Amino acid sequence: MSRIKEFNLPDLGEGLTEGEILSWLVKVGDTIELNQPIVEVETAKAAVEIPAKWAGQVQAIFHPEGTTVEVGTPIIAIDTDPGAGPVESSTTGTPSAHLPTPSAASLAAVEVAPAEGAVEPGLIGGPAPGGRTAVLVGYGPRTTAAKRRPRKGSAPASATAAPPAAPAPVPVPVQAAPASPAVNGNGRVGGPILAKPPVRKLAKDLGVDLVTLTGSGPLGSITREDVQRAAAPGAAEPLTVAASATSAASFGTDREQRIPVKGVRKLTAENMSRSAFTAPHVTEFLTVDVTRAMKALDRLRERREWRDVRVSPLLLVAKAVLLAVRRHPMVNSTWAGDEIVVKEYVNLGIAAATERGLIVPNVKDAGRLTLRELAEALTGLVQTAKTGKTSPADMAGGTLTITNVGVFGVDTGTPILPPGESAILAFGAVREMPWVHKGKVKPRLVTTLGLSFDHRIIDGELGSKFLRDVGDFLTDPEAALLGWT
Amino acid sequence: MAKGDPGGPTRGRRAAPRSRKATTGDPELVQLLTPEGERIESVTGPDGTEYRVDFTDEEYRGLYRDLVLVRKLDAEATALQRQGELGIWASLLGQEAAQVGSGRALRTQDMAFPTYREHGVLYCRGIDPIMPLGLFRGVDQGGWDPNEFKFNMYTIVIGAQTLHATGYAMGVAMDGKTGTDDGEAVIAYFGDGATSQGDVNEAFVWAGVFNSPLVFFCQNNQYAISEPLERQTRIPLYRRAAGFGFPGIRVDGNDVLATYAVTRHALDNARHGQGPSLIEAYTYRMGAHTTSDDPTRYRIASEVEAWQAKDPIARMKAFLDREKIADADFFTEVDEQARREAVDLRERVLAMPNPEPVTMFDHVYPNGSPLLDEQRAQFSRYFESFEGSAH
Repeated sequence: MSRIKEFNLPDLGEGLTEGEILSWLVKVGDTIELNQPIVEVETAKAAVEIPAKWAGQVQAIFHPEGTTVEVGTPIIAIDTDPGAGPVESSTTGTPSAHLPTPSAASLAAVEVAPAEGAVEPGLIGGPAPGGRTAVLVGYGPRTTAAKRRPRKGSAPASATAAPPAAPAPVPVPVQAAPASPAVNGNGRVGGPILAKPPVRKLAKDLGVDLVTLTGSGPLGSITREDVQRAAAPGAAEPLTVAASATSAASFGTDREQRIPVKGVRKLTAENMSRSAFTAPHVTEFLTVDVTRAMKALDRLRERREWRDVRVSPLLLVAKAVLLAVRRHPMVNSTWAGDEIVVKEYVNLGIAAATERGLIVPNVKDAGRLTLRELAEALTGLVQTAKTGKTSPADMAGGTLTITNVGVFGVDTGTPILPPGESAILAFGAVREMPWVHKGKVKPRLVTTLGLSFDHRIIDGELGSKFLRDVGDFLTDPEAALLGWT
Repeated sequence: MAKGDPGGPTRGRRAAPRSRKATTGDPELVQLLTPEGERIESVTGPDGTEYRVDFTDEEYRGLYRDLVLVRKLDAEATALQRQGELGIWASLLGQEAAQVGSGRALRTQDMAFPTYREHGVLYCRGIDPIMPLGLFRGVDQGGWDPNEFKFNMYTIVIGAQTLHATGYAMGVAMDGKTGTDDGEAVIAYFGDGATSQGDVNEAFVWAGVFNSPLVFFCQNNQYAISEPLERQTRIPLYRRAAGFGFPGIRVDGNDVLATYAVTRHALDNARHGQGPSLIEAYTYRMGAHTTSDDPTRYRIASEVEAWQAKDPIARMKAFLDREKIADADFFTEVDEQARREAVDLRERVLAMPNPEPVTMFDHVYPNGSPLLDEQRAQFSRYFESFEGSAH
């Protein structure tokens, strides 16, 4: 062990980074005792006297009074065995031989990161143009470079950065390196990226690189909104499929983006896989002329008592399904292994695209509702889903589902059954199409229905009949009502 | 290192010198040793209880030794923090008598629940004073066995330990371990600031209602960090007890003899099934709240000087000297022992090995857990990814 010992400024509070030397209580050549006060230092928290860590003779004092010193920097050198004759540099065998200067190694360790300015994107640290941050007590910690061990296999940037960057070892105040802004690949000026931890996590989850963003928050900090905007530029539209929420997200350098599977996406994936590979699906299609039905809806909207109610084509489809179920109860059933559970009640599920992804809340016992009650229930259901407040109870116990793919402008699809259900109806876009009407080709409002059903329970005949009935209702609701009820 | 219980039946009882059977000038404060070192034979408390101590010379000297050692070790810890060897330290400077007096009043079977400042009580319980330094150095959680020493782990959360103590005391009563001369009692330490905490008030309610064998020992050191007492309470703290239905008393916390007498009495009440009580040990924090604090920013020097004159060690020394209980050789020998123990403490602190980071998983569950094993493995891999990793 070397007899000359350098004392580094310790962290006198909790998490302080620097201190100001107020006054030296000893001078070079003084003989000091263990725990004898040697220097008074003021930090952001307190002005304190530091007791000597070793007894001996003061060999060197590195910083004059009034200078601000970074924690970890040597401030004094003490000869712990002054009676043993003059110090020979060869016997110490350490950089401390170059007394009275602080060892080059210790200075380099302090200075390397800011001097080089080679701060990785996203890393806290680097020169801070903004200087200090206000804190609760005192003048606050200075923004400093992050000093951390390099990861194995990482670019040896630190190796090239170290020794030459160290300033000349002279007993002058060690100040932070000048704030030379480093510019990274994105043209962004280097420096700390301001973002609260939850925002950082969100960005990580969504695969957004904070370096690419310009903060809109206080002091240029990146807000949750900034991240969400970057993740989904198209998310402003109320109706989006879940996948699109991330479709425009930024990609990493490998031009791939990794999205953690969790939440609604995970649940959806589990349900879809389970259903697709356990229930043998069949899908049938039917294209129908819904001009009459749309006119009926218009007439309904004009009625005084329906003025405040949202009347949509979906309402009509829901009604059609509920009436058709009454004629073919087997459609509203569950395969339970050794038995089939046929339900008298219909908990009508409506697949809804929300910002959180696909969810399927259902209208409980929809078959008992009047058309107006059904309309209100559907409106409430969709509103709740879009605000993300759908409760688990709302989503549980569905017996039959409608998926309104038409809102996305597509004609139809082959929907996958929600687990535990035996039929799901896809309702496509209602378009004006050339259609043979009363012997002539006329522009008519036409839509395509797609019905997937569990072939273990529902034979082709039953499925076809059910789909036909739904189509009949949508073609001529008044006649169907009169004929069926 | 820690001496034995000095409060048992005494032999060679010393006739109280310069007997003065009277209360002090302040009827609200039990005092048996004045700041000038004058001995008061006994004091009758507000409820008629007579407080007195009967110590042998050896025991008087033992208490003095405790006070000096505890102060010296505390000062060494403060110095170690200033030298970067401890992350933080909460000094007990000025409160030695309150801690030694109450700590020595405990009997072997009594359980203590400390804050993070009870280094003096810890010492009296026979725990190696190195133990809390590991905690404040950040190398361990403070490794004494609470059951072995009947001294719970330091509690950093203000006032939380009063609830733990209350629960423990209720358990003692349910176990039927009260009601005899050898019954068990529990003591909960806290400060004046903690009396503003909900936890402490809840503890008062429960202990009172369940008549628990618990002594609430409040070291009123006048400051909740920077907040002075007048912003904690409108009445003397000991009088709060009346509202919760148990007795409260204020003792001179810089008087080790009075603190011993009052605490011993309260503990005996508790162990005999007489329920809880509150002791307000009126003292002063001579140092900073912790090493991160600067008291000169919120209190004036004259106040500190006034309390300097009430120093707990100086009055004990004056008393021993005047009554010829101890001579200069004794005082020198105690100082020398304190110096030796401080050096020993320092050397052992500096020699404390840094724990491997993965050891933080070691004491979460007594028998491990698969989830934790997985996390440990994950963390090890992460750590291994750094250059120069020892793993």
